[in-house]
Amino acid sequence: MENIVIIGNGIAGVSAARHIRKLSDKRIIIVSAETDYFFSRTALMYVYMGHMKFDHIQPYENWFWEKNRIELVRAYVNTVDTEHKQLLLDGSKILKYDKLIIATGSKPNKFGWPGQDLHGVQGLYSKQDLDLLEVNAPNKEVCKRAVIVGGGLIGIELAEMLRSRDIPVTFLVRERSFWDGVLPKGESQLINEHIKEHHIDLRLSTNLKEIKADQNGKVKSIIIEETGEELACDMVGLTAGVTPNIDFLKDSGIELGKGIKVNRFLETSAKDVYAIGDCAEQHEAIGNRRPIEAVWYTGRMMGETVAQTICGNKLEYKPGHWFNSAKFLDIEYQTYGWVFSSRGKQDYEEQFHWRHPSEKICITVSFHKETNLFLGINTFGIRMRHEIFDRWLTKGRDIDYVMEHLADANFDPEFYKQYEKEIVLKFNSDFSKSIQTKKKSLKRIFQFN
Amino acid sequence: MSNYDRSMALTGQPPKTLSRNQKIATLIGFFGLAIVLLAAFNINFTNKGLWLSISLVSITTGTIWFAWDAYSNKEPGIKNDGVWFKSISSKGFWGWIAGIALTSFYIILYFYPEYLGLVAKGDNKGVIGLFDPLSRLLSGNPASQWFVYGTFYTVAILAFGIKFIWKYRHNRYERIRTISVIFFQTGFAFIIPELMARLNGSSVLNGGSLPYYDLKNMWPLNYYNFEGYRIKGFLSSGDIGFVLLIFGVATIFIISPILTYKYGKRWYCSWVCGCGGLAETAGDSFRQLSDKTVKAWKIERWVVHSVVVFVTLMTTAVIYSYLGTDTSKYWLTKSTFLISVAVLLTVIFAWVMLFKREQFQKDAKYGAIGYMVIILALIGTHFLSGDGNVFLFKSETLRKSYSFLIGSIFSGVIGTGFYPIFGNRVWCRFGCPMAAILGFQQRLFSKFRITTNGGQCISCGNCSTYCEMGIDVRAYAQKGENIVRSSCVGCGICSAVCPRGVLKLENGPLKGRIDSNQVLLGNDVDLMSLVNQK
Repeated sequence: MENIVIIGNGIAGVSAARHIRKLSDKRIIIVSAETDYFFSRTALMYVYMGHMKFDHIQPYENWFWEKNRIELVRAYVNTVDTEHKQLLLDGSKILKYDKLIIATGSKPNKFGWPGQDLHGVQGLYSKQDLDLLEVNAPNKEVCKRAVIVGGGLIGIELAEMLRSRDIPVTFLVRERSFWDGVLPKGESQLINEHIKEHHIDLRLSTNLKEIKADQNGKVKSIIIEETGEELACDMVGLTAGVTPNIDFLKDSGIELGKGIKVNRFLETSAKDVYAIGDCAEQHEAIGNRRPIEAVWYTGRMMGETVAQTICGNKLEYKPGHWFNSAKFLDIEYQTYGWVFSSRGKQDYEEQFHWRHPSEKICITVSFHKETNLFLGINTFGIRMRHEIFDRWLTKGRDIDYVMEHLADANFDPEFYKQYEKEIVLKFNSDFSKSIQTKKKSLKRIFQFN
Repeated sequence: MSNYDRSMALTGQPPKTLSRNQKIATLIGFFGLAIVLLAAFNINFTNKGLWLSISLVSITTGTIWFAWDAYSNKEPGIKNDGVWFKSISSKGFWGWIAGIALTSFYIILYFYPEYLGLVAKGDNKGVIGLFDPLSRLLSGNPASQWFVYGTFYTVAILAFGIKFIWKYRHNRYERIRTISVIFFQTGFAFIIPELMARLNGSSVLNGGSLPYYDLKNMWPLNYYNFEGYRIKGFLSSGDIGFVLLIFGVATIFIISPILTYKYGKRWYCSWVCGCGGLAETAGDSFRQLSDKTVKAWKIERWVVHSVVVFVTLMTTAVIYSYLGTDTSKYWLTKSTFLISVAVLLTVIFAWVMLFKREQFQKDAKYGAIGYMVIILALIGTHFLSGDGNVFLFKSETLRKSYSFLIGSIFSGVIGTGFYPIFGNRVWCRFGCPMAAILGFQQRLFSKFRITTNGGQCISCGNCSTYCEMGIDVRAYAQKGENIVRSSCVGCGICSAVCPRGVLKLENGPLKGRIDSNQVLLGNDVDLMSLVNQK
């Protein structure tokens, strides 16, 4: 029987394991140094905030693994020996594999700031980081102020977490507006305002110069690059993105770039070794995607794909239409297709933006200037139906069709106020059109004819 | 570091801290309760009406003020910070204290009402005495322990309902649903029946007197609705009584199946029902305590369906006991009744087994067959043995044990008393035969489902954690599968707490309602169709 060893028990590794089990009887071993059982990384924040206990963020009950004959090993992988097809665990044990899947995820970026390794300075990625946060910032007495460096998704999550314990937060963002490398201007602006509503001290266009220590080697303050201002703080969160967690592969002979180089079959340069999830780097980017995608959904899809290949049905990784979601404090964000930020905006791309006059709700729709082809949508504070946008993108609907049928795509709970009329009114006036909105139709949504 | 501060103090670091306003609010609320407690120790208030008003107003104000202070200065959104740090909402010290206090209250209420001051002949004393003025105002009669209970119940739904509305003020579904629950409790459960009692003996009812009837409370939740004394009451009260009796039958056999088909059982369980109303409002702080394990689900299915069998047997036996044998006097006799029950059950059973077989879990199928055999065997035995009992039991014994075990212990003492330990829907989930019957329809014959939004689930677990019915919502959502579960009461909280907009309660076509996509949307189309081939 073939021995499949998976390094990493995150969403990528576990998806691969589950699907291999569905398709085959192979022996499956998952090695993880982080936790005994799979948990939802994106939900770590809720444990600190007291919404859930750690148990709750484990998607499967503990008996699940044994029942499905997925063996779990808690160990740190020191080296991978691709020649003898074996791993060295915890410096002492050898584990043989026939096929190896590397799904070790990411680690927080550190850009060589002075003081970045002091006590009280941390990222937020792993279970260990969460435990560390309980030490560094258990409450507002121990942590009188926290400084967060890096305005991305993890940064704003960390800010929300700390605010739930009433800890004052200063949020240093390098960009001129929050996450404006990804979000169009109007949306980024809306989130700026919302961050301030939550009493977070948001500092835009602000860089970290250095982190200063007290006599015990613990963080005491930070210095801001632009102004030289010194801010006293007890904790510094480094949330300027993540990078593949692949240090242990340095001498393995596997081809590495920023991440583990893989082809479209998720194969690495070494025979019978695959890499999936955050740690995998495509030789060439697929469509508009980045070569490395540290996204939950990507990990899951790669896991599903590699399982096919390993079980004898060699399959290319061909992700469908791009989608993603996040939550910024109280505002939910969803995206389908491609909507580029002002910086990344394509020549052919035209954008339409609508924002509610008083509520924190807005959308941006992107379409092709010449052909009117619908390219993508971002929504804030409105939920949209994934299936509908996936269908529209596949069918190549144009912007007029999308505007006309926008009500079909709404996924907000029943009785919510709907804004299609207002949205289309503004669209008509922006682009001198006269589109009439159609009423929501179950027939169209569920395609029963 | 999971060794959070486990101190017994009510206050602590945020988000556990109580603000000064909240402390004052707590004091006011407890002042209101103290008046009731003093009354319980037979302190005789001279102006009962005044003190009762002060007490009820204090309790309501305290609760509402507390909630206002908790939510008013925060942005609209999900307010679950610190739920698992606070001992009251995480089975900690105060959770157990509250559980024990509530349980004791229910034991006294059901079995020792004399301690509340109930006096059979003569004026009430104690707590019940305190409530006499309000009762006389409404129905003209002195209070009973049930009136006291009903008043507290209504006050709880009202005050905690307002709290709930503030907590979920960004969510219009929750706001409207809660207004509905408050309306049905105050109107239908509390005021209308009391006012109806004023009609008793009047010419409108031909001098008859109606049984106490909460119109929205249908059989089998209202398991006593067809008992002899109530039927007599209905039939003695002229046209109105007759209409009410017909309405009672129609609610379960006509109205509820239609509404459940269109909207799922939520139309009742989380919009109308009183038990559900209390669970959704006063019990909201405990929803996360329900057990989500597969094991609990198994136990749930066996227990709740056993209760359905029990209540069916019991009601059949009770109706049987007062029917006659002479067809010339009344068309419905003992034998025709029993035969029609057997026929009805067989028809339902046959329909399910013929058309909906594949939607059943294995154990559900065995269970259904088992129960069917038992009921038919009992009816058969009756015809063969032909003695005075029905189903080998005295109908009175069945009725009494049901009322004790299910009506009092399960629905009251355990169901509500244990809110802070087992969660707020223990009764609805494990015990309520009404929920089981509506759930059966919801699973097999309803347009309702919770739609999973393509591939957007991140398996965070908020939905499962905050599901009061103990449904592991995430298990479905992360597979891209819709949630069609008989126990779902449609409270909408899973959808509300979802950080990624994955869940939507909706009514849609029956076709494709239960779908299972192992590979989620967003993936390669070829892979999706490949894996979904079965």
